[in-house]
Amino acid sequence: MSTTKPSRRRGAASSDTASTETTQSSTSAEQSPAERKKLHTELLYSMLMQRRFEERTAEMYAIGRIGGFCHLYIGQEAVSTGFISLLREDDYVITTYRDHGQALARGMTPRAIMAELFGRIDGCVRGKGGSMHLFDKSLGFLGGHGIVGGHIPIAAGVGFAIKYRGGDQVIVCFMGEAAVNNGAFHEALNMAALWKLPCLFVIENNRYGMGTAVERASAINDIYKRGASYDMPRDVVDGQDVFAVRAAAETAIARARTESMPTLLEIRTYRFMGHSMSDAVSGTYRTKEELEKYLKRDPVVLLRSTMEEAGDLSADEWNAMDEEIKAIVQDSIDFAENSPEPPLEALLEDVLVDTTSD
Amino acid sequence: MAVITYREALNQALREEMLRDDRVFLMGEEVAVYQGAYKVSKGLLQEFGEMRVVDTPITELGFAGVGVGAAMVGLRPIIEFMTWNFALLALDQVVNAAAKMLYMTGGQFPMPMVFRGPNGAALQLSAQHSQAWESWLAHIPGLKVVTPGTPYDAKGLLKAAIRDDNPVCFLEGEMLYNTKGEVPDEEYVIPLGKAEVKREGDHVSLITHGKMVLVALQAAELLAKEGIRAEVVDLRTIRPMDVDAITASVRKTNRCVVVEEGWEMCGVGAQVVDFVQRHCFDHLDAPVLRVHQADAPMPYAKNLEKAAKPDVPKTIAAVKQVLYIDA
Repeated sequence: MSTTKPSRRRGAASSDTASTETTQSSTSAEQSPAERKKLHTELLYSMLMQRRFEERTAEMYAIGRIGGFCHLYIGQEAVSTGFISLLREDDYVITTYRDHGQALARGMTPRAIMAELFGRIDGCVRGKGGSMHLFDKSLGFLGGHGIVGGHIPIAAGVGFAIKYRGGDQVIVCFMGEAAVNNGAFHEALNMAALWKLPCLFVIENNRYGMGTAVERASAINDIYKRGASYDMPRDVVDGQDVFAVRAAAETAIARARTESMPTLLEIRTYRFMGHSMSDAVSGTYRTKEELEKYLKRDPVVLLRSTMEEAGDLSADEWNAMDEEIKAIVQDSIDFAENSPEPPLEALLEDVLVDTTSD
Repeated sequence: MAVITYREALNQALREEMLRDDRVFLMGEEVAVYQGAYKVSKGLLQEFGEMRVVDTPITELGFAGVGVGAAMVGLRPIIEFMTWNFALLALDQVVNAAAKMLYMTGGQFPMPMVFRGPNGAALQLSAQHSQAWESWLAHIPGLKVVTPGTPYDAKGLLKAAIRDDNPVCFLEGEMLYNTKGEVPDEEYVIPLGKAEVKREGDHVSLITHGKMVLVALQAAELLAKEGIRAEVVDLRTIRPMDVDAITASVRKTNRCVVVEEGWEMCGVGAQVVDFVQRHCFDHLDAPVLRVHQADAPMPYAKNLEKAAKPDVPKTIAAVKQVLYIDA
């Protein structure tokens, strides 16, 4: 066993990368104060929506309105918002079973998601998928996949299709850090690099694959270095800072869009909740002290503080936003409660289509 | 009508469908520069270029997933496995992704794609290269499973599979590629899910598919010399299975033998027997028997391999048993 102490510093994560490893850009063009405030308000809104939505999701799970596996994203909201806020409408997003945050950030309505979590007909996939399988074709939101690593080759396939048609869209593929130990990750990255596909492979390193710490699962603890195997541009980013995430995303999106080149990004973040609703927040595999240390870098709080310090967010503005979001989330719960269960005929619907290309 | 090989029939189907629809592309190991491990894709790279005839690394899980992703956004991939034995590495994509995508997305994402390649045993390739996978695949709702036994069926069914908006597992016979048969010059498509009576008879029904169609036909020919008229029903598609064709034949003959290449336990024949007992219970004059591979991995030695495989003598013996004729 290696005794090398892994680098787990936070905050300035990119500083532990060799200069040859990093290509992170500086911030985008200068903004006017009004533009800045507008953008930052949008980012905060997106992140706070995810937070409040999932707080109520946990509550609904606890009282039995939501069943099955339910994996919360709380603590990682700067990652989804950071990337997805930079995408075009015709770009694509694909992710894992921890998908509520990305779905909201991409514009899926809280109603469609909550109704899906409740297993109702007005859910985004008509009650067929639940928490782990959120999809919306009209938003280029390609799921919502339940097998660790399984969606990574699918992302390469979307990249292949973009190139096949000569388009300039990109696909952002989110995954957890534990997926990099899976063969599908390597097979997909090899093809994406070999064929120069416009894919962003975004590793949300939240430190734990279920209950197994990254140091206990990966021979390389600086996960982004895995990109070296495929000569793929790569970077490591502080995932609690939405601006750091956006800076890295901007560079990678431009690389995919204009050069049709993939990028591997390790985003260092932390989940504030258990792996799923059945997992304690702290206990066997991580301590309360560790959790408390990371809670000090809550991405929503960090953005809020930045905005307050810049004079972009007053107490009234914060309260108004929070109240508005809470009302929307409550509306989504009311909507889900009132949405019918799927009719029994739906059981055998959508197993096959009866169409051909004729 | 031209007489061509099964391999040429498949090649014609690929070419015609690629000409017909520019969303169709072929991807797999050695399909392009090498012209196909079994030469099924001969000439296609030269005609369609490297974006539509794509050589992959040896990465079955990976390129099966690329096919799924491409299908999600509107292309119509044909994913070639050099053999279905290697497709085991890709089954997560076939089963967990392709088969379930339409359902778990509430109907939003059809999977218009084909997974194809040779299936079953060839000669002395031993355990890891000699397996028939149709019963595994046919277990999965959301997939169609097709097993052509003749050049005519190979072409017409592959064209239908490529045009189908569902994921189709297309299982070719490695030992069939060189077999010849009549194939019309004009275009035709054979609908999936329809069996065909390959030979009529009224004493016993031989229900079969894929490579075993030839075995059943040879057995029927020899049985005819003894005055036994066997009907050969080629399922052609395993899922969906043509229950009506099975029922009609067994109600006519009152006796049934199922001949398949794979193993006995939970095999295709087990499903056929289930349909027969449900729909033909009062018509049966004998228990239904099954001819299949021995319940062991495929051995290498010639004599053991021969003993393991279903063949003409085993089929004839089973037919005589259901007719209560002493062998």
